[in-house]
Amino acid sequence: MSMGHKRLEKNIILMSVFIVIVVSLGGLVEILPLIFQDQVRTPAPGIKPYPPLQLAGRDIYVREGCYNCHSQMIRPFRSETERYGAFSVAGESVYDRPFQWGSKRTGPDLARVGGRYSDEWHVIHLINPRDVVPESNMPGYPWLLEGMVDGDLVQRKLGVLQTLGDPYTDEEIAAAADAVNGKTEMQALIAYLQGLGHARSGR
Amino acid sequence: MLNSFWNWFVIIITVGSILACWWLLHWTKGVSDRSPDDDGSTGHIWDEDIRELNTPLPRWWLHLFNITIVFALVYLVIFPGLGNFAGISGWSQIGQYDAEVARATEAQESVFGRFREMDPDALMADSEAMEIGGRLFGNNCAMCHGSDGRGAKSFPNLTDGNWLWGGSYDQVLTSITKGRIGAMPPMGAALGEDGTREVVAYVQQLSGQKADPDMAAAGQARFQTVCMACHGMDGTGNQALGAPNLTDDIWLYGGSPADIEATINNGRNGNMPAHENLLHEDRLRLLAAYVMGLSES
Repeated sequence: MSMGHKRLEKNIILMSVFIVIVVSLGGLVEILPLIFQDQVRTPAPGIKPYPPLQLAGRDIYVREGCYNCHSQMIRPFRSETERYGAFSVAGESVYDRPFQWGSKRTGPDLARVGGRYSDEWHVIHLINPRDVVPESNMPGYPWLLEGMVDGDLVQRKLGVLQTLGDPYTDEEIAAAADAVNGKTEMQALIAYLQGLGHARSGR
Repeated sequence: MLNSFWNWFVIIITVGSILACWWLLHWTKGVSDRSPDDDGSTGHIWDEDIRELNTPLPRWWLHLFNITIVFALVYLVIFPGLGNFAGISGWSQIGQYDAEVARATEAQESVFGRFREMDPDALMADSEAMEIGGRLFGNNCAMCHGSDGRGAKSFPNLTDGNWLWGGSYDQVLTSITKGRIGAMPPMGAALGEDGTREVVAYVQQLSGQKADPDMAAAGQARFQTVCMACHGMDGTGNQALGAPNLTDDIWLYGGSPADIEATINNGRNGNMPAHENLLHEDRLRLLAAYVMGLSES
């Protein structure tokens, strides 16, 4: 063992610098180049920015922590595509900030849940899941019926997303507040869920 | 496809880190910094007699590390990993998925191929078809209609032989494949508060419940102008529209006066989702046959 190594082990600053270099190598190779690939930045066919009500619903999805139990990432295995539909591709998540791929499935994947159940089913299921799925261990979210969507806030969010490059038109932003005012959080969340995954159907 | 810059970026860092691991390993494998008396320890002593040894890495351990380096290099030759180089095996994630699906499709063909030739009655009589149909029902239908098919409020009971959209095999298959939208428009504004209560009384009477005869008579007149378009003059409904028969005692949205009043005031929107994009036709046929079997058993 050389003196150089001895110095490295005994100088905590030097050691920290080298540790940072070593642990960042994987990210430099696996993450950084992807950020610059068109494949992950171009919307998949049929993928559009979220309409105001769905955008509000998406934020409720995030607020309630749905991603803790539900993924939105169908992997390219037959066992998954049989159950959930066509596997997910990067271009489907370009307007998700941040994406909701998740990493844990206590509940089923939701990437293609849109249109699978009726709105009424979702209302019953979100209030008390056991009413329709007796063996479910999902918590109920009855307060969503009382919470109202804040139109001004949604409008501002659309503006921010436009600044970040999402192709919202000024007219869409101007009409956003009226489109969601008077809607409950339940309606917003269900609109979001019903909009998920239509672009690529799988069978 | 990575462009030339990112291609080399990935290749250089990947190969460079492997070589750096090898260099680090061989830089640190030896022994230095022993105590002056060279007794094989670092010269540190704790608790009077516990010494810290300073010996070279065991050879077997060193070779395990060497093997991991060789493994990494061989892997990068065979599989994709170095930028745009696809590896000599030609393996890809999607290729593996396609092969997996092709194998399964072939295996299923021997099962579904047999059912394709069979008519609905034969399917219903085939125990294997019904077993598969039951599993499909459990995975795709039970969330709304219940695992026994008996439904719940808002979700039709499939076992009672009472059909909103028709109970022939073809009609059931269409309901599953294309979905159904059963829209009862809100009538509260058109009927007014008193009118609604009168119609509630008449609808109660139609289904055999006790109701105030005067109210019901008044309700009948209103029913036959407002409701008959869908539910028919006699209230027996219309399967072409999914309008329920009101003369039986089967209620999708509840048969109490309060439920009936809510239905009339606010309307109802039944929605059976279409399954044509979710399930292959082979499976839709088995499901339809299974649902037919539910109502006939």
